[in-house]
Amino acid sequence: MSWEPVIGLEIHVHLKTRTKMFCRCPVAYFEPPNTQTCPVCLALPGSLPVPNRKAVEWTVLLGLALGCEIAEHAVFHRKNYFYPDNPKGYQISQYDEPLCVNGRVPVPALDGDIEVGIVRAHLEEDAAKTVHVGGAEGRIHGSESSLVDFNRAGTPLVEIVTAPDLRSSEDAKRFLQLLRQTVVELGISDAEMEKGSLRFDVNVSVREAGETGFRTRTELKNMNSFNFAAKGIEREIRRQIEIYEGGGEVEQETLHFDPGNESAAPLRSKEEAQDYRYFPEPDLVPLVPERELVERLRGELPEPPWARIRRLETEVGFSLAEGLVTAGRDELYSRTPGEREAVANVLMNELAAAGVDPATVNGEELGKVIAQRAEIPRAAFGEALAASGSDGFSAEAYLAETAIADVGELDPVIDRILSENEQQVEAYRGGKEGLLGFFVGQVMKETGGKANPQVVNERLREKLKA
Amino acid sequence: MIDTLRLTVEEATDLLERGEVSPAELHRAYLDAAAERNEELNVYLCTIDEGADGASGVPVAFKDVISTKGIETTAGSKILAGYRPVFDATVAFRCKDAGLSLLGKTNMDEFAMGSSTENSAYGPTRNPWDPTRVPGGSSGGSTAAVAAGLAPWALGSDTGGSIKQPAALCGVVGLRPTYGTVSRYGIVAFASSLDQVGPIAKTVRDCARLYQIIAGRDPSDSTTVELPAPVELPEAEDLKGLRIGVPKELNEAEGIEPGVAEQVARSLDLARELGAEVGECSLPRSVEFGLPCYYLIAPSEASSNLARYDGVRYGLRSTPNGDVRAMYDRTRHDGFGDEPKRRIMLGTYALSAGYYEAFYGQAQKVRTVIRDEHAAAFEQFDVLASPTSPTVAFELGARTANPLAMYAADLLTIPSNLAGLPGLSIPCGLSEGLPVGLQLIGRQFAENLLFRVGHALERALAFDFAPERLR
Repeated sequence: MSWEPVIGLEIHVHLKTRTKMFCRCPVAYFEPPNTQTCPVCLALPGSLPVPNRKAVEWTVLLGLALGCEIAEHAVFHRKNYFYPDNPKGYQISQYDEPLCVNGRVPVPALDGDIEVGIVRAHLEEDAAKTVHVGGAEGRIHGSESSLVDFNRAGTPLVEIVTAPDLRSSEDAKRFLQLLRQTVVELGISDAEMEKGSLRFDVNVSVREAGETGFRTRTELKNMNSFNFAAKGIEREIRRQIEIYEGGGEVEQETLHFDPGNESAAPLRSKEEAQDYRYFPEPDLVPLVPERELVERLRGELPEPPWARIRRLETEVGFSLAEGLVTAGRDELYSRTPGEREAVANVLMNELAAAGVDPATVNGEELGKVIAQRAEIPRAAFGEALAASGSDGFSAEAYLAETAIADVGELDPVIDRILSENEQQVEAYRGGKEGLLGFFVGQVMKETGGKANPQVVNERLREKLKA
Repeated sequence: MIDTLRLTVEEATDLLERGEVSPAELHRAYLDAAAERNEELNVYLCTIDEGADGASGVPVAFKDVISTKGIETTAGSKILAGYRPVFDATVAFRCKDAGLSLLGKTNMDEFAMGSSTENSAYGPTRNPWDPTRVPGGSSGGSTAAVAAGLAPWALGSDTGGSIKQPAALCGVVGLRPTYGTVSRYGIVAFASSLDQVGPIAKTVRDCARLYQIIAGRDPSDSTTVELPAPVELPEAEDLKGLRIGVPKELNEAEGIEPGVAEQVARSLDLARELGAEVGECSLPRSVEFGLPCYYLIAPSEASSNLARYDGVRYGLRSTPNGDVRAMYDRTRHDGFGDEPKRRIMLGTYALSAGYYEAFYGQAQKVRTVIRDEHAAAFEQFDVLASPTSPTVAFELGARTANPLAMYAADLLTIPSNLAGLPGLSIPCGLSEGLPVGLQLIGRQFAENLLFRVGHALERALAFDFAPERLR
């Protein structure tokens, strides 16, 4: 029997606005606990929310980038639940009238685009952070006490919900990478999973090939990297298939993914499903995005990553194109002259390994380094790449400086090596010309890899002739 | 010697301007009066001796629902005992900015939920006209303070009638402003879509002065707007050219005492004499459905607004054995009185999945109907008039066992509140020796017109606002 996975995503992105969603506290990470707070984000009696205009504008911008319709009338709702990280006892979120609806992202894949529907993108506030003390691994179970840090409380958060249009963990990962790249390029979030500024939950179900309805889904929470997510999805797909093949039924539940041992433990099942008692937030008036603003933002949209992948694919093939775009390296790629695939490969491999920020690199100069790749020692090439992001980097000057091509400098080294290896010199002169490589290796070793191999070759041949 | 029982704010301002009295002396005079009468009346939850430091104006009292920096703000609840805000409510800031000194914080029904001030966790306030009776509520502390001469003016808050009704029962003037004209920033929230802070004073002109100080857009409250026209102190003593509508259902509702109806009718006769055109109109659905609509919307919002009292950050925390849920349960069990608990339960139910449409959703639709019905009445009339309260002040304990009887006290004030409209209550006579209030309802932002009508009637009625037993 053949099974088809059905995957939908719920992504939370922190907006990098200067201030929080409903108050003027700075959005700041890694500050001492409870230092970025005020009456509003601590929910002191009588405090009231005032929406952050920039956050609204950026949500509209993101909605437009994801092909959404922008609501003419959007409403904030209260989502009511008790938890210490939720100081008001409700989260201000959006419910049935979100800012952005009905989007569509064409995710490029090897065999055509995967059309991923965007059900909605809405604006809400993040919760505070709870730290459980005295228990195992910081979990609430077994802890002695809990501390709450309200610095994060009220950080603007966009929630993006996709339709269940993804069919494999790789496609889910593809979509997530494209989405991250999109928000980073729009300049609205740094979307770093380690910082918690990008988080997502995955809804997974499976069905038999050809089946049209959806079966019971489970929700995977606490995904902290794209790779873990892919693994978690794989594992969940296998688990569900095994259940069905064993004649069982999948239960609707939320699974907390533990990246440590890559297992997923149930958090809560539907028996405990919460009633959030959503109702329109009476402290706020509805949002009415001005049409001129929406059109202006639409006009400012950059070319989306998925379109650029398709454009670059014709030059360097799908994998490299996808890699360049999702790694944010295609802009440098387009500024770097040279044989396209060679440039793409260097950008994705050596330059990435060197940890150079592509934005700081002068493409013209990088092109020159890449063009000389064959002529310079590998170590020198690597060093040139590593230096390519520094101010005023010049390929010629750098290569001249690092690669020892100066005969006056190399000759004494070569002479010494030849005199130290008389037997090999005899053998070479006796016809064992394969020994040239041995001599080259010795010279490179002696010069710490900086010698220009072409010059070394020439000089060795010259001297061994004698 | 300052006669706080009779001194109006205008008179006090004159005294200050002429240098006959200092702000500190004025402040002291009211605190002395409070020292004398507060034990009996339980008007003040706290008084502030040093309140006049740096003040230049007339002292004021605040209902304890208004956050005051560094000064305990309990909203009449045990759950906020000892809570000292780190910030001033916008209205508190504006009063301070206008030079007013703070006399103290006045008693109230817990979280403004009640119509008698008996729901306070700090004991009931008594009516200065008859201490065996309630002052009304929930701003009963503020209205009793003004009536008894313990404050020249005061701020209250009104959700379903909590300024207008106690103003009527205490024989003072109270304004519930148009929703959105006075900032709610720093007001301990009861029902956000209905709560409005308003002034309480002995005269309409004093009321207008205090409204002038507190009204206007506040960037910290996004539901506020700029006043379309500046506040005007009323001068005219006639009502020429004005059309006063008398909504049949508001004036003939079951439970209106004959003595109340009589005084209201007398006022309307006076209005005619002053040149007004008085005619009947109708608000059938507003009165029939107002109360049930209110008792769905207000508790729903309250159930959410009161969720923040969880013992985590401030106020009472009970610490039973067990987890955080146990702490929540015990804290809220110990901290809230019966009425907030009742309304939290009502509201939680009305918002629950499966009930939302039938209750909260339906109530919102009814609210629109009520708004439209009022708008239609205002096509024919400039002001609507009715009794503020169906009855004069009732005896302490008379309704505490019967919440529905207590809720009925706001029958006549609730409809226009749901419509977001301003309402002014002025004393219009006595029935059984107790004050009767006349409710004047205006269009949105028509406060100036209400002041004009209220002022002219006040002059003609010549009501003596000093309680007989204290004269």
